[in-house]
Amino acid sequence: MGAYLTRRFLLMLLTLFGMSVLIFVMLRLVPGNIADILVDAAGIADPKEKAKIINELGLDRPILEQYGQWIGGLVRGDLGFAYVSERPALEEIAPRIPISAKLAGMALVLSVLIGVPFGVISAVRQNTALDYFLRVISLSGLSLPSFWLGLLVLMASVHWFGTIPIYSNEPRSFLQEVGLLSIPAAVVGFRSSALVMRLTRSSMLEVLRQDYIRTARSKGASQTSVNYDHALRNALLPVVTIIGIEAAFLVGGLIVTETVFNIPGVARFLVEAILWRDYPIVQNLVMLIAFVVVMVNFLVDMAYMALDPRIKYAD
Amino acid sequence: MAHINHDAELTRAGAYVTGGWSTIVFFTRRYPLGAVGALIVLAFILTAVFASVMAPIDPTATNARASLAKPGGTYLLGADFMGRDMYSRIVHGARISLAVGVGAMSLGCILGVSIGLMSGYLGGWIDLATQRLMDIMQSLPLLVMAIVMAASLGPSLRNTIIAIAIPLVPSVARVVRSSTLSLREQPFVEAARAVGMGELRIAVRHVLPNTLAPLIVLATAQLGSAILTEASLSFLGLGIPEPHPSWGRMLSESAAEYVRSAPWLVIFPGLAISLTVFGTNLLGDALRDILDPRERT
Repeated sequence: MGAYLTRRFLLMLLTLFGMSVLIFVMLRLVPGNIADILVDAAGIADPKEKAKIINELGLDRPILEQYGQWIGGLVRGDLGFAYVSERPALEEIAPRIPISAKLAGMALVLSVLIGVPFGVISAVRQNTALDYFLRVISLSGLSLPSFWLGLLVLMASVHWFGTIPIYSNEPRSFLQEVGLLSIPAAVVGFRSSALVMRLTRSSMLEVLRQDYIRTARSKGASQTSVNYDHALRNALLPVVTIIGIEAAFLVGGLIVTETVFNIPGVARFLVEAILWRDYPIVQNLVMLIAFVVVMVNFLVDMAYMALDPRIKYAD
Repeated sequence: MAHINHDAELTRAGAYVTGGWSTIVFFTRRYPLGAVGALIVLAFILTAVFASVMAPIDPTATNARASLAKPGGTYLLGADFMGRDMYSRIVHGARISLAVGVGAMSLGCILGVSIGLMSGYLGGWIDLATQRLMDIMQSLPLLVMAIVMAASLGPSLRNTIIAIAIPLVPSVARVVRSSTLSLREQPFVEAARAVGMGELRIAVRHVLPNTLAPLIVLATAQLGSAILTEASLSFLGLGIPEPHPSWGRMLSESAAEYVRSAPWLVIFPGLAISLTVFGTNLLGDALRDILDPRERT
């Protein structure tokens, strides 16, 4: 197992390294030159000034050198300077992480709390009207774009309460922050809960067909006991994997939802930085997202190993 | 004694299906949700194809006097800030969605199938290298990858299709590769080789057709996510440029400020996206039940 973990860890590093090359190359393909954008914004037309800016940003150096500088800095915890704000990228990014993390955490908890029970109900009552109803609801959850759902929530709140729950100023207390984040978290979580519900349902149906479930029934165990003591325990194992899938799924939801609700988190910041061609911010944020996704999947694999004694990874 | 109604069971199993109309009736009875999905997808495709007949008003024609006109009258679904007819824009928007959805899905599948088939069939270091590349691509969520791709390619219809297609490649490649791995050990592959068939021909003529069932299921699911991703990209201002009527773009123009003043600008485009994706998802579920019996629920 030790050898497996080492191999898995090295693969993770390789993936992150590959991602860094990929993102770096992709950003250098960007047609709009950052210098042009900055120069236009400042209203400078002098080519000498422009050359100076390009030189200051290090954009005239060889690509390989630029890459080496970035990775070298990344390892030392120096993320370079944001082009637009001219502040250290780390200072720009770090304060936004907790906001997105809280939002994602709340959405995840919500999606599991809603998704797992309804998935079980849907599986146990397979092909009843209730099952059809829940399946249609979960499928529509996956079909609604989360930014539209967010806009509908805003619209409803304008209609009924006359205000928009926008994250405007720094929240004064923890409770207020939770209150402000709960609505966007529900929007992101609703979509994810649909995913959790569908996977729980199919996993549960898979287990309910197993021989040991028939054995449990024939020895006289009650329906409730069969469903919860025998089936659900085993059906939940694959559901753990979902959290790995969800990590990637949630980030997509966060990007649009943070934009709709005007939440100053990392996901919205990524979109802003891309629109501004602010490479140092974009490449570091993309690496952060890739790191989170890869890390979560690694942890899920380990959790799986701990939860299911049947799984023994060969070295 | 349990009584078995043989006739009903045979009907359920599709024994009386003789093709043509009865296939449709059977499908509808057996998979009512799938039939609804198929109907929605059909309506979506017809709308896209006959957009100019269904909505003769030019979706890009502006009219200052009709700015933010309420739904009803000349403007069935209202008009946007520039006085463009919303009904027309939504009907024509189906074209953009269909073009991006089908385009991205097809491109993603073609690339994914080629990579997966090559990887699974050839094995060795090629397999190892492509698998690592797929790992790398999958470490970013679909939307993030599409955003970065879209930004680096620049906004246009063609680039949006590419930006969405590339992130779809790894999952297709994975599915095709894993079926190919088991298929290439099958006796019929050996037989084909024994009669002197070339490797490329075996891969394309004998292995590929056997990977189609899971591929069709995946492709339908990807059609839905491609449409959703286009809407998200355009909503964020990184997808289809003006003046093309893209559903996602309409929501970005009309976003927060019109939530108060002109809710119809928010409701209708979102409804169009949701309904279309809902239809492809329903259809995809039914197709999975039919084509992939192991996954049958």
